[in-house]
Amino acid sequence: MKTLLVKGSEAIALGALAADCRCYFGYPITPQNEIPELMARELPKRGGVFLQAESELAAVNMLLGAASTGVRAMTSSSSPGISLMAETFSYLAALELPAVIVNVSRGGPGLGGIEASQGDYFQATRGAGHGDYHFLVLSPASIQEAYELTARAFSLAEKYRQPALILTDALLGQMKEPLRLRRLRFPRYPVEDWALTGARGRPGRTLRSLFLGPGELRARNLLLQRKYQAMRREARAEILYAEGAELVVTAFGSLSRIVREAVEMAREKGYPVAFLRPITLFPFPDRPYRKLAEGGQPFLVVELNCGQMVEDVRLAVCGRSRVESLALPPSDLPAPEDIYRRIRRCLAQR
Amino acid sequence: MSGPKMKFVFPRVLTERPFHYCPGCHHGIVHRLLAEVLEELELRERAYGVASIGCACFLYYYFDIDICEAPHGRACAAATGAKRARPELAVFTYQGDGDFAAIGLNESLQAAARGERITAIMINNTVYGMTGGQLSPTTLPGQRTTTTPEGRDPRMYGYPLKVAEILAQFPGVAYCARVAVNSPRRVLEARQALRQAFLAQLEDRGFGYVEVLSACPVNWKLDPVSANKKVDELTQTFPLKIFRTWEGL
Amino acid sequence: MSPRVHVSFPERCKGCGLCVHFCPKEVLALSTKRNSQGYRIVGLKAPENCTGCGICYLMCPDVVLEVK
Repeated sequence: MKTLLVKGSEAIALGALAADCRCYFGYPITPQNEIPELMARELPKRGGVFLQAESELAAVNMLLGAASTGVRAMTSSSSPGISLMAETFSYLAALELPAVIVNVSRGGPGLGGIEASQGDYFQATRGAGHGDYHFLVLSPASIQEAYELTARAFSLAEKYRQPALILTDALLGQMKEPLRLRRLRFPRYPVEDWALTGARGRPGRTLRSLFLGPGELRARNLLLQRKYQAMRREARAEILYAEGAELVVTAFGSLSRIVREAVEMAREKGYPVAFLRPITLFPFPDRPYRKLAEGGQPFLVVELNCGQMVEDVRLAVCGRSRVESLALPPSDLPAPEDIYRRIRRCLAQR
Repeated sequence: MSGPKMKFVFPRVLTERPFHYCPGCHHGIVHRLLAEVLEELELRERAYGVASIGCACFLYYYFDIDICEAPHGRACAAATGAKRARPELAVFTYQGDGDFAAIGLNESLQAAARGERITAIMINNTVYGMTGGQLSPTTLPGQRTTTTPEGRDPRMYGYPLKVAEILAQFPGVAYCARVAVNSPRRVLEARQALRQAFLAQLEDRGFGYVEVLSACPVNWKLDPVSANKKVDELTQTFPLKIFRTWEGL
Repeated sequence: MSPRVHVSFPERCKGCGLCVHFCPKEVLALSTKRNSQGYRIVGLKAPENCTGCGICYLMCPDVVLEVK
């Protein structure tokens, strides 16, 4: 099996190709340019479609058109570009299109910066566009996981016929690690009963979100909410050292690598600290938090933003134990020691 | 007028649902012409329509073909995605002047500049119809609308956007025409233009564009017959012409 | 029998009057009958004058008429 030394952005593109992504529409924005560049080289060789659009807004609407015909399609961008796509995200959810979107986040708000940031957590998990909808949100913490989660996103999107979002950032996007090109066999789901493939031997089909009849929109919303309920079983988290832990340190995505190192440092010094990393951000893995909270263990939420995931942790813990926040505004990265010191202070407060 | 012996019967591609358009609105005529062309070119089973946001957002109620809704202004981008994903589909957009030339002007021009093999239909009635008759890029100087109560003042809002003339400059555009449907002869010409705009796609020549000058009785505050007549005045600002075609090149 | 005008789909008529205006033989007129939408439906005032030219079909925005 081949192993490559690649950036996270490249691993994401390779993951999409591994999932037989047929169409990619994108637009240049740092720090995700390797994705469109790799797709420009590779997709045409495989009889696929690569197209650079005139804006992220056009790119996501091309994605809408392609996905509506049942083919596997993807777009990627970074924070400001994702904001531009927000209105159409709502349409993708409302039309129940299994499209895959990638956000290699950068510092915000505004033009912000081009380095790592987790400041798009709310945008990703609460739905950047209008109305009650969610994306399936997956957040990798390694190049290998970025490759596999992207491939899995296509499968999950088809399974629920809903858009899926890979949320990562400049740190993972731009760093290199070995990637084992494992054959990925995530299931495919039939699209023939809904895709717009031309009304051959059947009546014309419609994909729409405008529902003006009495009760129609309410029914549509309830249908989507049932999906989001069903998606709860896809919640995934990585949990280490939970047994007898006196503190649970939790973080997602690329920053969780630094947090993990701080946890290991604490454990080497005999402090019983657990590590909890959500892999799916929607559905949020609240069960492990609730289970640990019932044991009274406090939580330390570490994130590279001004405090966003901490709210979901508080919702999951629901007052059963203390939840502290180490919110690090992007983009200065902490050293493991910085987090280790905060772990020690949390433990001292017991 | 060349073309098959005209038959004046309800086109099968249309569903039985009565149009919701206002009495005398030309959308209905263009819908029938589009249905006739889809039937004549035997495209029902490979048609993919993009319904834009505006009076014609209910396109899917009227055509027994596959239709996808696109956000306001983005029909040409969605159509691009669909055509690139499944080139065998006959992809068209059906948009108003606001959707195509105001909020969606960049998507429209860029698709034309790329020479997308899609067929774009723009209904130009110089106002935003669905929302009650506001100013649009094609509103005439001096024309009163609900957002230019004293008439469009060029000092404030400039001059009407001549989309057909613009698109005619693009090498990627294989067919570009402006037509009207306010007289029997023009209806026949409009049908021919729609047919050519689809052939531009089907014969892989490039982007096909038809702009249809269209009456909007309610928002023009005219009875249907007077509104129909008023379209003649529009032709002074928006001349009826085939601006570009690959035929005879 | 050469083709003649038929009010095939009265429910679709909105009484806009375009067919009446354009008919060269004054075959058509708005009747006092109304459809379920409350619109006055087009009626045949002088069907015998119809030459089957199809102009009414061309100008109707609601595909109410057929000529066959």
